[in-house]
Amino acid sequence: MPNASLFRRLPDPKRRTVAITFEDRTVQAREGDSVAAAMLAAGMVTARRTPVGGAHRGPYCMMGVCFDCLVEIDGTPNRQACMVEVREGMRVRPMTGAPGLGKAPAHD
Amino acid sequence: MGETEFAVIGGGLVGMAVAFGLQRAGRRVTVFDEGDVAFRASRGNFGLVWVQGKGVKMPDYARWSRLSAALWPEFAAELQEETGLDVELRQPGGFDICLTDEELATAQARLEDLRARLDGDYPFEVLGHDSLKKRLPAIGPKIAGAIHGPEDGHANPLYLLRALTSAFTRRGGRIVNGATVREIAALSSGFRIGAAPGWRAEKVVLCAGLGNARLAPMAGLAAPVKPNRGQVLICERTETFLSYPTAQIRQTGEGSVQIGDSKEYVGLDDGTTPQVMAAMAKRAIRIFPLLESLRVVRAWGALRVMSPDGHPIYAQSRTHPGATLVTCHSGVTLAAGHALRLAPWIAGGPPPVPYLETFGAERFAFSPAA
Amino acid sequence: MTENVPLIVIGAGPAGLCAAAEATSAGVQTLLLDEQSAPGGQIYRAMGHTGQQGRAILGADYTRGESLMQVLESGLLDYRPGAGVWQVTPEREVYFTIAGKARTLRAERLVLATGAMERPMPFPGWTLPGVMGAGAAQVLLKSSGLVPDGGVVLAGSGPLLFLVAGQILNAGGRIAALVETTPRGNLARALPYLPAMARKPSYLTKGLALLAQIRRAKVPHYRGAHGLTACGRDRVEALGFTLGVRAHELPCQVLLLHQGVTPNLQITRALGLAHDWQPLARSWRPRLDAWGCSEIEGIAVAGDGGGILGAQASAHQGRLAGLQAAFQLGKLSQAERDAKAGPIRRALAVERAARPFLDRLFRPAEEFLNPPDETLVCRCEEVTAGQIRGYVALGCLGPNQTKAFGRPGMGPCQGRLCGSTVSEIIARARGVDMQEVGAYRIRPPIKPVTLAEMAAMDET
Repeated sequence: MPNASLFRRLPDPKRRTVAITFEDRTVQAREGDSVAAAMLAAGMVTARRTPVGGAHRGPYCMMGVCFDCLVEIDGTPNRQACMVEVREGMRVRPMTGAPGLGKAPAHD
Repeated sequence: MGETEFAVIGGGLVGMAVAFGLQRAGRRVTVFDEGDVAFRASRGNFGLVWVQGKGVKMPDYARWSRLSAALWPEFAAELQEETGLDVELRQPGGFDICLTDEELATAQARLEDLRARLDGDYPFEVLGHDSLKKRLPAIGPKIAGAIHGPEDGHANPLYLLRALTSAFTRRGGRIVNGATVREIAALSSGFRIGAAPGWRAEKVVLCAGLGNARLAPMAGLAAPVKPNRGQVLICERTETFLSYPTAQIRQTGEGSVQIGDSKEYVGLDDGTTPQVMAAMAKRAIRIFPLLESLRVVRAWGALRVMSPDGHPIYAQSRTHPGATLVTCHSGVTLAAGHALRLAPWIAGGPPPVPYLETFGAERFAFSPAA
Repeated sequence: MTENVPLIVIGAGPAGLCAAAEATSAGVQTLLLDEQSAPGGQIYRAMGHTGQQGRAILGADYTRGESLMQVLESGLLDYRPGAGVWQVTPEREVYFTIAGKARTLRAERLVLATGAMERPMPFPGWTLPGVMGAGAAQVLLKSSGLVPDGGVVLAGSGPLLFLVAGQILNAGGRIAALVETTPRGNLARALPYLPAMARKPSYLTKGLALLAQIRRAKVPHYRGAHGLTACGRDRVEALGFTLGVRAHELPCQVLLLHQGVTPNLQITRALGLAHDWQPLARSWRPRLDAWGCSEIEGIAVAGDGGGILGAQASAHQGRLAGLQAAFQLGKLSQAERDAKAGPIRRALAVERAARPFLDRLFRPAEEFLNPPDETLVCRCEEVTAGQIRGYVALGCLGPNQTKAFGRPGMGPCQGRLCGSTVSEIIARARGVDMQEVGAYRIRPPIKPVTLAEMAAMDET
């Protein structure tokens, strides 16, 4: 459940606001944010349900090591949310279990 | 040091299947296994319980593979009952996918020849692209076809090793770990295992894979085996897209996709090479284009244990009564046969099949490869 | 044909930047590959665009990174961010992907500067969403200006835990509690090594200042906590722990964990280099000579990836590796190399002097090295500590056997988060030391790579 008071933003007038959607919700992120940072800033700590046991998981290491923040970004499954920077209009979805096949690989 | 009735050298799939079978036949067995980083064909195994194509040059090997595949359901059920472990056996029939018409024609000719030598008792079906597409809708547009073998299947080789280990120890079998056996010596009665004082065993079964080449002569046997490297790519879990095993690609019980059909003779190097990995990836995409964006999470190199003709060697020593050699490169397919049929023979029973002698090492004495 | 590059440096943290700086200033054409989108590594993350306010929050040590960035202006340096290196061969071929395109280059000399990661801190519930590394919170602060605000508990041990607490307070954030798990006996064992710290007094004064700051901010500070459990259904809701015999439970929405850092060893392991277990640092490190050179010709390691010594030592080691590469490539004479190396070695010795004290003071508590049975040890494949112990009972001697029996280490993180824990559990269950147990054998690709990217290797 989103909780907007987990993190507070320090002002940084140099960075523009970027809008992305997480599931069906529009989230205001900031230029330079990773997708994981944008999610946490919006109070969302959960990125996925595991394919092994269906457990809830979210960002843990924030540096590309743990692979617990896997999300679907613009149709590409299992991307590390902490390693991808936000882009205007980006569509992010949580991973639920194992990814499907036949989706076009998209990279930024 | 210790005493045992049967010493089984090697705790891989071959050794554990034999050891479990012996213990099950009421014998007292001790397995001697190496440490954490031994060359283990069992750990890099692709997991096929495979019949088609085996024994093209030795019909008895085809018979033996089919027998083992037929024994697999009761074998898996017994393991599950004893250990609670499901080794994920599925035998829905399998496909050997041929990329070109030429590959398909060659495969068909080989199997037709084998069928003739087996008096017509050898089921398989040749499928062109369109009929294959009906069974495997994910197949790529450039694939010529496949051979379908109704008796083919797959299992989880890692769970199989764990289940065998668990079932064996539950039945009172003993495992000595971290023990690389470098020496076997015949005593006036029985054998000494390892350097003196070592263990004393009444009988010894050599299941040491590549290690057999060095150990066998110490017990009056010959094991002219060589390493053959296979590389396997393992992709992340994905939705079920492939309900049948194929000789090239299979989807495991937990949803991972395994790709592996490389064969190289490279000596004792179980590494991986970028060139082979790239070629395997390319071939996999041709077979199933939808795998293109799937991620490879691991690659494996493992060493197959190959005899000169690629077939198993089962032999009892004439000069050293009580010493038996068991080696093969199909540790999963033959596991049921090894546990339920071969082990009772090693325990002193009659040969399980009339053609067992075919697998003796004598055949290599006349072969230039020996 | 694979293209040749005189020097490839992997990692743009202090070690990698300094190696590149020394090499390029000696005239070596250098390629610097980094997985992150901006240089600085984890320690100097987002250095390029942190404002004045950010610098005040992060402190003077962070600002030290600025001078390291100058190398990026050098004409001889080809810096490529966002490069995921997924295979390095002993022949010094480097396979990497940038924006979905795979490439291969061959280096005459290779410096691996892959840095460190936080040591995983496994205990029941540590996998719940909302539980993160303290270093992760620091990344959020550095890169996105995000400050934890209310409902945040920090737990664990080690200098970074206090540094992050101080940075959160500097930024005006609130901390609900600091739960320290440093075993009570550690200080007494560390004290005899305190005099050597006098060569590096800034570490002590900084540490004491942080403690004072935390006290002034009236952050509840629990010492000697044990029996940690994170509770919650779908996300963390509370941290349970015991002080003495008394059970505590603190509600929290974010739980930040830390118990030191450990080298990032995927590449050195995949190369098959020999690694030695450091019992005090509770880490493996590759076997290296005084220049950071490994046993494979032309491959060196610099910085925390070769054993944890911190950012300043990493910079020194990077310089040494850069000098050695320049010497080996014929751009520096031996005399020039040695003249430059002298003062660097002396500075490095000062950094080393601090480790015997710090490693003893912050040795992780036993319960996080050898966690209780119900703890998920392998986060990817969801394997518990109890299952690992069960595989040892079945006869497994090492982590590669337990991997085969129950899949720990087979998921996408490729054992980064469970490797040392699995080996520590096996070592205790067998009653032998870590060197005998060993570590996972790491296989390429060291980062997941798509089949299409791998297939493209055929064509480059």
